[in-house]
Amino acid sequence: MTNIIILILLIALGYYAGHHAEKKHYQSIKKREEEFLNLPAVTFSEKMTPIENVASSTLVYGSAVISIDYFKRILAALRNIFGGEVGAYESLLDRARREAVLRMKSMATNANCIVNVRIETASIGKSANRKNSLGSVEAIAYGTALSFKEA
Amino acid sequence: MILTNTETVPGKTIVEHFGLVSGSTVRAKHVGKDILAGLKNIVGGELKGYTELLQESRHQSMDRMVEQAEQLGANAIVNVRFATSSVAQGAAELYVYGTAVKVQ
Repeated sequence: MTNIIILILLIALGYYAGHHAEKKHYQSIKKREEEFLNLPAVTFSEKMTPIENVASSTLVYGSAVISIDYFKRILAALRNIFGGEVGAYESLLDRARREAVLRMKSMATNANCIVNVRIETASIGKSANRKNSLGSVEAIAYGTALSFKEA
Repeated sequence: MILTNTETVPGKTIVEHFGLVSGSTVRAKHVGKDILAGLKNIVGGELKGYTELLQESRHQSMDRMVEQAEQLGANAIVNVRFATSSVAQGAAELYVYGTAVKVQ
């Protein structure tokens, strides 16, 4: 009996706290994405940029480790039975990637653009080696920040 | 030391290649932070302890790579790549590799 109560408590806590945290996180992501609109990050290499204009180039990177809440974990486990789209994990990965890109951009102070951006994801933490379970993911974004000479 | 993840250093020409340089570290967090992360797993959200840990380790492996390149006499590393793998429970390997070059 106590076990069931604890489980329900955990699910409820996961649902409310997780939902609230996700909403707040998305708000802050959107706000910061607008601030960085003038700093484009592109995936193509430096060959597309006029090379004689480049004053300096540096490696920039950013990473974030995001964990899923208890409610969504159960939701995803249920989804495993029927198959289909697992929305619970989609938002987790989306948040991790966008946060990583934002951190990379905030590292590129005084840069005009970031080229050759690569984004990678790794599953880390205690559940990383367990089958059928995804606890927390790390997203890392890295690229080369270029600053141009004043024309 | 200039680091880029593009094939060249924009605005400069490569005069000499030294081959592959790499650095790696395997790290685990102490039990206290692991327990904290376990609790945070209930409500979800960012695990700051782990983010810091991975960022620190990445810095260390980059330092090792740069050290190696300096020994070879290079002044830049191009085409830098990052890789993360989870080798055991609670431990992660951070691997950085690139090509050491001399630019003018």
